[in-house]
Amino acid sequence: MRNFKQLALGTAVALGVGLTGAMTTAVQAQDANYVPLLTYRTGPYAGSGIHIANGMHDYLKMLNERDGGIGGVKLVTEECETGYNAQKGVECYEATKGKGALVYNPYSTGITLQLIPKAGVDKIPVLSMGYGLSAAADGKTFPWIFNVPDTYWDGASVVIKYIGEQEGGLENLKGKKIGYIFLDAGYGREPIPLLEQLSEKYGFELLQYPVPGAEMQNQSSQWLNVRRDRPDYMVMWGWGAMNPTAIKEAVKIRFPMDKFIGVWWSAGDDDAAAGGEGAKGYKAMNFSGVGSDFPALDDIKKHVIDAGLSSTDAETIGGTLYNRGVLNSVIIAEGIRTAQELTGKKVITGEDMRLGLEALNLDEARLAELGLKGFAHPMKVTCDDHAGSHPVFIQEWDGKKWRQASGWIEPMTDLVRPLLEAAAAEYAEKNAPWPARTEPCPN
Amino acid sequence: MLYDIFIDPFVQMYDMPDFFLQVLWEGFVAGILYALIALGFVLIFKASGVFNFAQGIMVVFAGLTLVGLNENGVPAYLALILTIGVMGVLAYGVERVVMRPLVNQPDIILLMATIGLTYFLVGFGEFVFGGEPKQMITEQLGLPTGSTAFEIGERGLVILQHIDIAAAVIAVLMVAALGIFFNKTRIGRALRAVADDHQAALSVGISLNQIWAIVWFAAGLVALATGIMWGARSDVSFALEIVAFKALPVLILGGFTSIPGAIVGGLIIGFGEKIGELYWGGLVGGGIESWLAYIIALVFLLFRPQGLFGERIIERI
Repeated sequence: MRNFKQLALGTAVALGVGLTGAMTTAVQAQDANYVPLLTYRTGPYAGSGIHIANGMHDYLKMLNERDGGIGGVKLVTEECETGYNAQKGVECYEATKGKGALVYNPYSTGITLQLIPKAGVDKIPVLSMGYGLSAAADGKTFPWIFNVPDTYWDGASVVIKYIGEQEGGLENLKGKKIGYIFLDAGYGREPIPLLEQLSEKYGFELLQYPVPGAEMQNQSSQWLNVRRDRPDYMVMWGWGAMNPTAIKEAVKIRFPMDKFIGVWWSAGDDDAAAGGEGAKGYKAMNFSGVGSDFPALDDIKKHVIDAGLSSTDAETIGGTLYNRGVLNSVIIAEGIRTAQELTGKKVITGEDMRLGLEALNLDEARLAELGLKGFAHPMKVTCDDHAGSHPVFIQEWDGKKWRQASGWIEPMTDLVRPLLEAAAAEYAEKNAPWPARTEPCPN
Repeated sequence: MLYDIFIDPFVQMYDMPDFFLQVLWEGFVAGILYALIALGFVLIFKASGVFNFAQGIMVVFAGLTLVGLNENGVPAYLALILTIGVMGVLAYGVERVVMRPLVNQPDIILLMATIGLTYFLVGFGEFVFGGEPKQMITEQLGLPTGSTAFEIGERGLVILQHIDIAAAVIAVLMVAALGIFFNKTRIGRALRAVADDHQAALSVGISLNQIWAIVWFAAGLVALATGIMWGARSDVSFALEIVAFKALPVLILGGFTSIPGAIVGGLIIGFGEKIGELYWGGLVGGGIESWLAYIIALVFLLFRPQGLFGERIIERI
């Protein structure tokens, strides 16, 4: 019956959210800050999307319930279902931007790519937290796009660095084979240019295994190829139903799980659990807290879950993707708070929010103050660097839960940054006339 | 280049016989699963001339109902029986609400109705079960898990997943049961009569409505078997709906009205796409199996436009 209770509650919450969104449209301009949430709770990617959406919703809701919003001003959130579909994502954007939207979180690289040219025109920043266009970390070219705390190129360089450490040094990668299995979409293809550069630099062979969206649950061919090619390591950039299927297939061909490393979007609890006992040792990168032992999460439980204001199952609090959603909302909230401080306004605009995000400084003291000590690496965004943090850690599945398996690993910034800048320049050239930055720098 | 196309793949097959056997096994399993999905389409097309666009979502719906009931405390076998009941209710509902009011309408109207049914089941399924993927209750249903490995030569290894073996056995049993049902029972013969000619069947007192309800129920059972088997290989989620359309090239190849065609077509596509992907896919960067299946089907169509086992339609003017 629990599921049916949750269903009823979820429906009530959804209706409440919808009603709130409809009724407060007129109000929000005067006395609230409006944050649309582009989410997906349905379709092939819902398995990942639901936890993210819950985390984002619950943290912002908790701020409303516990603190009365931010700076004394309530937050109005409104979810719009994209189904991880770029067209629907743009429809959601167009339908909500006129309501005073402060920031967009597309949760899809495909949607992000569509919104990048619109952000500067509509003066609404895009926060693609750990996804989207890696080159957007170059704030000089992309003043309206933020991909704090990491780009995919950061992640790709960390995973190669980590593999190098396992092999006793990057120089030992020469002659090794590293397989890359990825969702054959903008998201999965994004890190390939960097991986190819790293392959050339360190002398390892990069083997690519694309998984078309329609074949996410039918990967036996890809994994037979892996079995034949015998790569020394496998790296995965998967999402939605692709992740659990890939882990099951890896178990099936008896690929050594300690040499299988996923990106932070292949780090869901359900993803790893699908592989059963055989998935023990599977690793994934992460940049948000592991587990639920954080005071801010206790507050979510107390003020939101227990109060019946969310459709989240209490057992999923602390899951990797739930925590990722929470971190996303922490960045939104801190962006709003910073913008309020910078502008002196309580109800801010998208332009103010851009300033707030560009001046974001989420240091250890602030994280502790938020009840999230150790939940993330400190982040400091600058006008040049919109990724603003970068280190990630490796976590390992022990058969029941994730445990942190490494300290924070810095990406190869010296290698990544010049490539990011070159890619940003190339983007601007291809999309000429790309506007030169005129936005003020708050730091 | 010519060497890569005409020689190297066969050299690889010879050099790594264990891997070739593994590819054949995976092709066989994929083929069986495709055939199971195609069977659902064939059953409904045979009886009503409708291409049931909703077959894919019926696979998901059946799987979700089974797992959802179990999650709510219903023992696995009882959940299985109740799910069969739910598929029966669905079949009855489809016959009453969708098929009966649209009788004698053009085929395209019926196709559109099944598209509508698809979206209804997607929405209803998400409303009741939520959008999260669920783990198939493989062990609770008594289905085998784990694998058995056979050593071939010095380093060779062929790994057979027990669930795949079970899928093959269940598919064979299901086809045999359907074969007996259609050929040896009164209802089965009535169904074949309806498939041949609706009006002639009506004229000898066969109830079209009853037959349609039965055939939708049979397609529901096939969907349940497919949902269990495919769900055990990955998970039960709405992404499975897309996988169901892998049956399309199977239908093109085997014919829309032939049960043996669905089986043979499924196996040809299964073997063909795995062998093609594994031995020739690398030449074009991989990922060819999603369209290779259609190429295989089209090549067959050049020689047999009605499909391998489809009925040749000759219309004289």
